[in-house]
Amino acid sequence: MSAIPALPPAEPWSLPSRGRVGMLSLIIGESGIFTIFVVAYIYYIGKSLSGPTPQQVLDIPLFNTICLLSSSVTIWLSERQIERGNMKAFGALWALTMALGIEFIIGTFLEWKKLIFVDGLTIHTNLFGTTFYSLVGLHATHVVVGLLMLTLVLIFTLTGHVKESHCERIQVLALYWHFVDGVWVVVFTVVYIVGR
Amino acid sequence: MADQTLPIAGSLDITPPRVKERATAVEWLHEWVITTDHKRLGILYIVYATFFLLVGGLEAMLIRIQLIKPDNHFLSPGAFDQMFTMHGTTMVFLMGMPLLFGFANYLVPLMIGARDMAFPRLNAFSFWLTAFGGLLLYYSFIGGYGLYGMGNAPDVAWFAYAPLTERAFSPGHSTDYWALALIVSGFGTLGTAINIIATVLSMRCRGMTLLRMPLFVWLLFVVSGMTLVTITPLTACQIMLVIDRYLGGHFFDTQAGGSATIWAHFFWIFGHPEVYVLVLPAFAIENEVIPVFSRKAIFGYPAMVAASVGIAFISMGVWAHHMFTIGMTSVGNTFFVLSTMLVGIPTGIKIFNWLATIWGGKVQFRPPMLFATAFLFQFLIAGLTGIMLAVAPWDWQLHNSYFLIAHFHYVLVGAIVMAFFAGFYYWYPKIIGRMLDETLAKWHFWLFVIGFHITFDTMHFVGLLGMPRQIYTYEADRGWGTLNTVVSIGGFIQAIAVLIFAYNLIHSYFRGRIAGNDPWDAWTLEWSTPSPPPDYNFATDPVVHSRRPLWDLKHPDDPDWKYE
Repeated sequence: MSAIPALPPAEPWSLPSRGRVGMLSLIIGESGIFTIFVVAYIYYIGKSLSGPTPQQVLDIPLFNTICLLSSSVTIWLSERQIERGNMKAFGALWALTMALGIEFIIGTFLEWKKLIFVDGLTIHTNLFGTTFYSLVGLHATHVVVGLLMLTLVLIFTLTGHVKESHCERIQVLALYWHFVDGVWVVVFTVVYIVGR
Repeated sequence: MADQTLPIAGSLDITPPRVKERATAVEWLHEWVITTDHKRLGILYIVYATFFLLVGGLEAMLIRIQLIKPDNHFLSPGAFDQMFTMHGTTMVFLMGMPLLFGFANYLVPLMIGARDMAFPRLNAFSFWLTAFGGLLLYYSFIGGYGLYGMGNAPDVAWFAYAPLTERAFSPGHSTDYWALALIVSGFGTLGTAINIIATVLSMRCRGMTLLRMPLFVWLLFVVSGMTLVTITPLTACQIMLVIDRYLGGHFFDTQAGGSATIWAHFFWIFGHPEVYVLVLPAFAIENEVIPVFSRKAIFGYPAMVAASVGIAFISMGVWAHHMFTIGMTSVGNTFFVLSTMLVGIPTGIKIFNWLATIWGGKVQFRPPMLFATAFLFQFLIAGLTGIMLAVAPWDWQLHNSYFLIAHFHYVLVGAIVMAFFAGFYYWYPKIIGRMLDETLAKWHFWLFVIGFHITFDTMHFVGLLGMPRQIYTYEADRGWGTLNTVVSIGGFIQAIAVLIFAYNLIHSYFRGRIAGNDPWDAWTLEWSTPSPPPDYNFATDPVVHSRRPLWDLKHPDDPDWKYE
C-alpha cells in the first residue's frame, strides 16, 4: 500500500443544484396526483345520473385565468430582479404576484359560492360535483400553499432578510408557482372547455 | 488487508479514537428521536421494517393455521379477513418500502462519497411520517370498537376493491384507518424518494460520474424515480376514497354512476410498478453481492443500467394484467399481454449478466452469496410463472387462485426477501461493526429455502386444483386438504428460520466477531470507512477514478481506470 498510485488527471466537476432537483422531483410527484384526478374528471364527464350539468352552471373564469397566468410572468420578472440584486423591484413584483394569486382564490371562492348557494351543486350532489370540487379544490389547495410560501418570502423581504444570495432559493420556490400555473392550464382546458 | 484503513484519496481516517461516553437512557433515546443522520435514520427504517416483518409473518402464520385443514374454525371469518388484509398491507407498505429506503438511506451517501443525504431534515420528517403511518394502521386493532375481540382492523384486502370500501358496505372506521395510514406513509415515501434523487444527482463526490456509480445506487435512483410516479396515484385514489367516505362523494359509488373498475385501474397503476419498486432494490443488492463473492467485476455494467431504466419505463404500462378477468376489450387484453411479456426482456438481460458475472469467477459461498444464489433460481421461476399469468386465457383460468398467490410470493419472498437477507448479511458488518454468526446463517438459509419451497411450490398445485384466494375455509371433499397442510408446514419452517435470523441479529450485536473495515475485500466506497462509519462518513471528500475505487487502491499496479 505504500506505493502512491499514479492517478489520471482530475476532471472538471460540477453538479446540479439540489434545491432544483428536489423541487423538480416534487413537481413530477405532484403531477402524478393531478393526473389521476384529471383522468377521473374526464372519465366521469357526462356520467352524472342527475343535474346540474356543467353546461347549465359553469361559466368560463376568464379574468381569474388571466390573473393566475400573468402571475407566472410577474414572478419570473421578480426572479430577474433578484438576480441583479434589485431588491425594491423584486419586492414590488413579488407583492404583485401575490395579489394576482389572491385574486384567483377570491375568484374561485365567488364561483363556488354561486355554485353552492344558487345552483345547489355540492360535492355530494352528483358525479360532476364530486369530480369538479375535488379537481379544482386540489388545484386551489396548491395555490393556497404557494401563497403561504410567497407570504413568508414577502415578510422576509420587507424585514430585509432576503438578499441577492438567496436568489437560487427564490427561483426554486418560483418553480413551484410556475407548476401550479401550468396545472391550471390543464384543469382549465379539461373542466371549462372539454367538459362543458 | 481487511483491517487496514484504506488511504483512498480523501478518506484517510483521522478520527480520534472514540471515547466511550456513558449516556443516560433518556439522552440516548433523545439522540435517536432527533437525529438527522442518514445512517441512524437508515437503521431506524431497517429496525422498523424488521419489526413489521415479524408482525406480518405472525399474521401469515395465523392464516396458515386457519387453512391447515378443511372446515377449520381457528379464526373467526371476520378475523381471517383482517389477517390477510393486514398481512398484505404490512408486508408491502410497512416492511418492503421501509426496508428498501432503510438500505438506500444508509448506503447511498456512503457509496457516492457524500456526508449525508441532500435534505437531512426532510429525511427525518419522512421517516417519522412512515413510522406514524404504520402506528396509525395498527392502532385500528384497538381503536374503534375497543380492545376486545379483534378490534376493527381493515378487512377489505390490500387492494381494497370498490365499491366494498364505500360507507354502505364498510361501516365503522376500519377502511378509514387503512386509507389514512397509507396517505400518511405515502407522503413519507414521497419525501424519501425526492431526497434520494437529489442526493444521487447533486451530492456525488469528485469523479463519481453517473456511469461510475455503483449499480446499487443506480437502481435505487431508478426506484426513487418510479416511486414519484407510482406512490402518488395511490395517494390520489386514497384521497378520492376519503372524499367518498367523509364528504359523500361518488367516485366509486356505483349507485350514483361511479365506477368500481376505475378504482381497479387507479390502484394497479400504483400497484404494478410498486412490485418493481420492491424488486429493483433486490436487484441492487444482487449487483453488489454477486461480483464481490465471484471475485469479478460486474458483467455488462452499461447493459445493467439500461435494463433497469427499461424495466422502469415498461412497468408503467402493464398494470391492467391484474385485471384480465374484469372484462376489457380484446385490444386492451392484447396490449397488456404484450407489454407484460416485454418486461421479460430487460429482466432476462439482468439474469444473464449475473450468470456471466459468476461464470469463471472464484465463487465464495459465504452467507450473502448463498442467499444471492437462491435468489437467482427463485426469481427465474417467479418470472416464468409471471409469463404464464401474462397470457390472458391462462389468467382467466387461474386469476385469484392460489396459483397467483404462489407466483407473487415467489417474487416477494423468493426473490425480494431473499435478496434483502443477502443484504443484511453483507452490510451488517459495516453497520454494526461485527460479523453475523455464520453457523446460524447457514441454519437460517437452509431452513428458509427448504420451508420456502415446501410452501410455495406446493401452493401452485393448490391453485391449479382451483382453490381461490382469500377464502375462509373449504370442504374436505375438494381434495385441497393434504396440500394445504404441506403448505402450512412449510410456512412454520420459514417462521423458525426467520426467528433464527432475528436471534442472530441480536446475538451478533453483542457477541459477533469484530468485522474491521472491509471484511469481504469489496470495492465500493462504503468499505473504505471504519465500521460503523463516523458521523461525517469521510474525513475529507473522497475522489474516485473508476467504478471500483477500492480496487484501484488495492491494486495500484493495475487500476480499473486504465480500462474504463
